[in-house]
Amino acid sequence: MRTIKTLGLAGATALLANPAIAQEAAGLDDRINQAFADFTGPFVSFIFAPFPGTGFPWIVGWLVVAATVFTLYFAFVQLRFFSHAISLVKGDYSDPNDAGEVSHFQALATALSGTVGLGNIAGVAVAVGIGGPGATFWMIVAGLLGMASKFTECTLGVKYRNEYEDGTVSGGPMYYMSKGFDELGLPGGKILAVLFSIFCILGALGGGNMFQANQAHQQIAGITGDYPGWITGIVFAIIVFLVIVGGLKSIARVTEKVVPFMGVMYVAAALVIIIMNADQIGWAFGQIFAGAFTGLGVAGGMVGALIQGFRRAAFSNEAGVGSAAIAHSAVRTKEPITEGFVSLLEPFIDTVVICTMTALVIIITQQLIVDPETGNYMLNEAGNAIATVDGNSGVSLTSAAFGSAFSWFPYLLAIAVVLFAFSTMISWSYYGLKAWTYLFGEGHTKELIFKVIFCIFVVIGAAANLGPVIDFSDAAIFAMAVVNVFALYFLMKKVREELESYSSRLKSGEIRKFEH
Amino acid sequence: MTVKIVIGLDGTETGDRAIAFAKDQATRLDACELLCAYVIEWSPFTFQTPEENATRHKRREEEIATATDRVVDPAVNALKEAGFNASGVVRHGDVAETLNKIAVDSGAVQIVVARASGHGFTNRVFGSSTQNLVMHADVPVTVVK
Repeated sequence: MRTIKTLGLAGATALLANPAIAQEAAGLDDRINQAFADFTGPFVSFIFAPFPGTGFPWIVGWLVVAATVFTLYFAFVQLRFFSHAISLVKGDYSDPNDAGEVSHFQALATALSGTVGLGNIAGVAVAVGIGGPGATFWMIVAGLLGMASKFTECTLGVKYRNEYEDGTVSGGPMYYMSKGFDELGLPGGKILAVLFSIFCILGALGGGNMFQANQAHQQIAGITGDYPGWITGIVFAIIVFLVIVGGLKSIARVTEKVVPFMGVMYVAAALVIIIMNADQIGWAFGQIFAGAFTGLGVAGGMVGALIQGFRRAAFSNEAGVGSAAIAHSAVRTKEPITEGFVSLLEPFIDTVVICTMTALVIIITQQLIVDPETGNYMLNEAGNAIATVDGNSGVSLTSAAFGSAFSWFPYLLAIAVVLFAFSTMISWSYYGLKAWTYLFGEGHTKELIFKVIFCIFVVIGAAANLGPVIDFSDAAIFAMAVVNVFALYFLMKKVREELESYSSRLKSGEIRKFEH
Repeated sequence: MTVKIVIGLDGTETGDRAIAFAKDQATRLDACELLCAYVIEWSPFTFQTPEENATRHKRREEEIATATDRVVDPAVNALKEAGFNASGVVRHGDVAETLNKIAVDSGAVQIVVARASGHGFTNRVFGSSTQNLVMHADVPVTVVK
């Protein structure tokens, strides 16, 4: 395996050194990109179609309404059980006799490693770059509301998971759709499950794969100089192949340990920059609030800020998408609702804390150019985004913001981006595989086919330009949410039954903390 | 009244030294039960991949079965054959904390462990399981050389 990897890297280096081949390679990039844009265009257009007569995509409204409905239906569960969720993660309510099983912390950390990553670094930059600082406000609102969506889907994920005789588990929306609808005597559960599985596979290939490969390539190329994206794609694909097909667990283990460390480093660096510019915190929040309701000159005004905020938040924390329900369903608990409580911390950490940090750093370091006469933000030449200091967008905008305070930070960020991207790919390869096996059954050959397809999409993702990739990534992820949220509306009463039963037993003292 | 002594096993010959000492103690008492405990080092605060989580329950059962078959059962059987009242237990967790909890929950009057010579970096910084047990145990601990 090591030989294959070495040969791949050596080949890529040789190709880079030959200008003629490199030029031809760039042409190949363009052809892949065009073919990709042509193929995914209709799907993307449908998902992001606006309400008639407005510029507001129906899919964004779909998610916002769902998160609001769940928030009201469960009477602000995200506020009422926030501290209880922290107690659960600490293990206060875990039976010591269950030691050695998957803990609440581990389920949360695994789910977070699939969501915290490029969405928090590049996605926020896209939101703020297009929607202005006001997008941050709507991102926070979406994060807070999304906690209720995550609570609903993860409770159901554990409640209706499959536990096999050999002790392994499989859970996720496809299982609660089919089993939950059967339990309620409703038709169509299996159809929804199949639809969800198809979209989950597309989401795994899009947001969970191509977007990651694309942004990782941008970051590496930003430091080493521009070169064809498919080279990064091939190197990444080989490593992903070694892990998910070759069973090379050592890479996954190292990544899973380094990623949390990188996450802490990222937040710490953001905090230092914010504290260094403490005198501007008030101004930055002023921009966030003013931009949220006026747009401060961004394309689309207030609605533009709102759309970008909600879009990026949904892509970052995946609340309502259903992916977390797959990750959380492995936890060992007699009370499915406890995993729901734990999961509501996910959008809080991901969006309310980390995304806000990124946005504040971009705003405070003044990467977005303000027109001194009007006080509004200036648009770029195309008129579709805010003009930035060096014309940066996406991950390079975040990199420039952190780099303006610490010149060495872009190098650390490059490593972090690559690791985040890799970790997210590994998580999503699992989510996609679960959907694949739900559709086609389990078996070595069937699983191998999906894994090979997954690796091919790594190359396509790294080669395609940001626009088509980001649009397809969003469209695929949001398509999962269409089916998932629809099912959640029917199944939420099951969650309420669990919530009422658990709450009364918690109040009566029947459920109590264990002494550890 | 039966007195209970917990013997901490680690699957190596250091466990045999602890058993030998506990047997000696037991022969001096009228009624004594020896509880052989093996703790599989595990923390609920580690990071795992989704695939590891999905197979964790299966792995846990396998780990318990392996520890029971290879370490605890042979020790308990040998003690029984030698005429001692013995039983065994396998748990996951922090070794020091779990051994202490087993002792407290079972009403044991003493924990016997043998010293293992750890030279690793972690041991130097955080101390070995034996050191932690001695520092924090709620019952007397005997460390056999």
